[in-house]
Amino acid sequence: MAFKTIVGLEIHVELSTKHKMFCNCPNEYGAEANTQTCPICLGLPGALPVVDKEAVEYAIRAGIAFNCEISNVIRMDRKNYFYPDLTKGYQISQADLPLCDGGYVEIELEEGTKKISLNRIHIEEDTGKQTHTDEGLSLLDFNRCGVPLIEIVSNPDMNSAEEARLFLDNLKDTLKYIGVSDVRMEEGSLRCDVNINIVDKERGLKSNISEIKNLNSFKAVVKAIEFEEKRHKDLLEAGDNSEKETRRWDETKGETVLMRKKFGASDYRFAFDGDIPPVDVSDEWIEEIRKSLPELPHHKKERFMNSYGLSSYDAGVLTQSKELSLFFEEILKYIDDPNLVSNWIMGDVLRRLKENEQEIEDIKIASKDLADLIILVRDGKINNNTGKKVLREMFDTGKTPDLIVKEQGLVQISDEGALSGIIEEVLNNNEQSIIDFKNGKDRAIGFLVGQIMKASKGKANPQVVNKLLMEEINKR
Amino acid sequence: MEITNLKAWEMKDKLFNKELSSREIIEAHLKKIEEKEPQINAFISLNKDNALKEANRIDEKIARGERLEVLAGLPVGIKDNIVTKNLRTTCASRMLENFIPPYDATVIENIKRKDGIVIGKTNLDEFAMGASTETSYFGPTKNPVNTGVVPGGSSGGSAAAVAANEVPIALGSDTGGSVRQPASYCGVVGLKPTYGVVSRYGVVSMANTLDQVGTFGRDVRDAVLMLNAVKGYDRRDSTSSKKVIPDFLIDKDNYNDLKYLKDIKVALPKEYVELKSSNKDIQDLFEKSVKIFEDNGAKIEYISLPHLKYALETYYIIMTSEVSSNLARFDGIRYGHRAEKYDTITELYTNSRTEGFGEEVKRRIMTGTYSLSAGYAEEHYKKALKVRTLIKEDYDRAFANHDVILSLVSPILPFGFDSMIKDPVEMYKADLYTVPINVAGLCSISLPMGRVDGLPVGLQITGDRFMEEKIIKAALGYERAVL
Repeated sequence: MAFKTIVGLEIHVELSTKHKMFCNCPNEYGAEANTQTCPICLGLPGALPVVDKEAVEYAIRAGIAFNCEISNVIRMDRKNYFYPDLTKGYQISQADLPLCDGGYVEIELEEGTKKISLNRIHIEEDTGKQTHTDEGLSLLDFNRCGVPLIEIVSNPDMNSAEEARLFLDNLKDTLKYIGVSDVRMEEGSLRCDVNINIVDKERGLKSNISEIKNLNSFKAVVKAIEFEEKRHKDLLEAGDNSEKETRRWDETKGETVLMRKKFGASDYRFAFDGDIPPVDVSDEWIEEIRKSLPELPHHKKERFMNSYGLSSYDAGVLTQSKELSLFFEEILKYIDDPNLVSNWIMGDVLRRLKENEQEIEDIKIASKDLADLIILVRDGKINNNTGKKVLREMFDTGKTPDLIVKEQGLVQISDEGALSGIIEEVLNNNEQSIIDFKNGKDRAIGFLVGQIMKASKGKANPQVVNKLLMEEINKR
Repeated sequence: MEITNLKAWEMKDKLFNKELSSREIIEAHLKKIEEKEPQINAFISLNKDNALKEANRIDEKIARGERLEVLAGLPVGIKDNIVTKNLRTTCASRMLENFIPPYDATVIENIKRKDGIVIGKTNLDEFAMGASTETSYFGPTKNPVNTGVVPGGSSGGSAAAVAANEVPIALGSDTGGSVRQPASYCGVVGLKPTYGVVSRYGVVSMANTLDQVGTFGRDVRDAVLMLNAVKGYDRRDSTSSKKVIPDFLIDKDNYNDLKYLKDIKVALPKEYVELKSSNKDIQDLFEKSVKIFEDNGAKIEYISLPHLKYALETYYIIMTSEVSSNLARFDGIRYGHRAEKYDTITELYTNSRTEGFGEEVKRRIMTGTYSLSAGYAEEHYKKALKVRTLIKEDYDRAFANHDVILSLVSPILPFGFDSMIKDPVEMYKADLYTVPINVAGLCSISLPMGRVDGLPVGLQITGDRFMEEKIIKAALGYERAVL
């Protein structure tokens, strides 16, 4: 049967503004509960909201980055519902007139680029946080209450878990690039809901949409989509259409669990928030923000491919984070060999970062120092293996490669006189290997080179060693 | 000299001349309150100790020869839906019976900055919903003119306190007439400024696109003195106007001058003329007042406000819709009344709100919830917003050629207790003269024009948005003419 998966995503992103959306409370994660609150975000009687301009600017940045139409007016509405983490009995959000309309995100598939279109991006305020204790108490922390959010709503343009992952990756990278959010899922600054159903093309059937909540990692999004794909298929095959449901992802069980069936749409009694007169967004302001935006990741990737001759994969990795791409281009100022620098970063640098569970922002190595190291290796001052060792030292201590090489006496020995003594000694101690080699066992050479490197404490220039070794063996 | 008989501006003059000390003024009013409260019940909470402390502070300032601000040493009554730091603010509701705000409303900050003294919090209809102050959880306020009738509402406590000389000036709030109507019923002056002239920050919202803080005094000059002290742009209230509104100057030279009536263009809406008051004496009094304007050189013209007939319905749909949303925050979770018995979160909400709110508040929340509900919002709330625009346009046309509009404040006399509350629709109808002004966001003043059956009757002078000066001048002229 020809099934088609249809996925749409709703992503809530906390904006990393200095203040909350409608008051002057600091917008910071991790403070002691209820220490970042005021009459406004606590919804005390009489308190009134005032729109934070920075939050609007951040939302417009996102809108521009995702190719949306930016509205010339901001109208805030009240979404009325009762919940303990909601202090006013309504959330200030946007209903009919979102700040950003339309837009799209591009993802790279094997068969080419695919545009995932967006429905809208609107601004709203976050709610507080509720935790339930073992004693049956519910505790409320309102530090998060009133933090500015954008809600990005995609159209149902994705057809697999992989497409959803690529979409989220791109979205996350871009948001981080333009500096509007830390996009840390573990801190809840990016939250994602999945809408999914399956179409059976042959039979002209489709399953009802499930909404999956509580997805706190991209991995969970992928696993939940895969789980739901199968569940919907099974239901369709069993002749069951499934029901419109809200489900949540249970990480320990590795499956989605029913939260509630949806009977009609919820009535939030949306109404214009009269406390917030419409805010004008001039074309000049939008243009100003557009100009202030950094080069976006997909543009940068193309430029890296075109100007530096990098492969699509390498360019993709190097432009994934703004800091990494900047680091790369900084190094190029000292050594004009993009492919060589790319190899170093893509290989040892990223591997070490991963081992240390660090981000590129955490790296202790100055770009010039890494350039110097690459030059030392390229020019044969130290060999490749020593280079890797020096890099490790640089990671840990932040020392310059020159200093490390000097302190540890790592300069490569290329002097034939110095090396021939070592070679002679190694050959004298390993006569069996010479015999093996002459009997056609090529591997013996590798062993001998290893012994020589060991005896030279890794400093021998491998090319010179190879040349001298062959000459010496042939003599015997 | 009975201190409490003085107008605020008279007290101020005597304070500045050192004929009176602030301590004397405050003590005299506290004594008056003590004497009157058992009959009137105008106050929910008193701020006695702090008020005396403040009075001493003002007296020390005087002794040091420091500059005094406009409200120096004057006691002010504050409607109890305006939050006061560390001073209980109840909204006359069981819901907030024990609520002590951690912050001051902007108007309170302004009063303190202007050296005014908050003497107590005045009674009101619960959450300012009502026109008689009978829906207060703390019992009704009596009309000082005749304790057998209501003082009007919802700012009945402030109006009565001013009328009973318990305070010379007071703040109220006016969503559909809640300053002007009690002023009319108690025989004092009530001024409702243009929407946006006074900050709403710290004023507990009832219907936030209609609410506006208003002022009371025993004459026009005092009501204006109070307004001058609290008005002005406030960055904490996005709906407050950035227009710089100069102090409405009322110095002795031009005070109460008849010349203010000369050549002003007065409009009389035909719709009100046709409606008339069913009370012939009230109607006669109004016609006499129009005559006074005319006799003093005003030009009277009849105009039409064709959409006025929809004003009441428009008002009630918008007001209740906003009420239903604004009062959602009172859920028993963070502050206010929480029911003792509940098993689920829904029960916590339901029981707390059932116990915490009175009948009228519940009635409006339910009506408003209905008007905003999917399937009904189009024909109720959204349509009301459109009609609101039409009503505004009617007034725009009227004020293009006229300075002020004259009308009654209320078509009926202050009524007896329990007579109207049983028929809320009848009471709503009496609002027809006052609510359109809030719907259109205009400014308006209510001032005494005489008595019928021994009960006060008010005249309403309405002006265009931000045209306070025009209505104040007309009111000063009229006040002079009837003195």
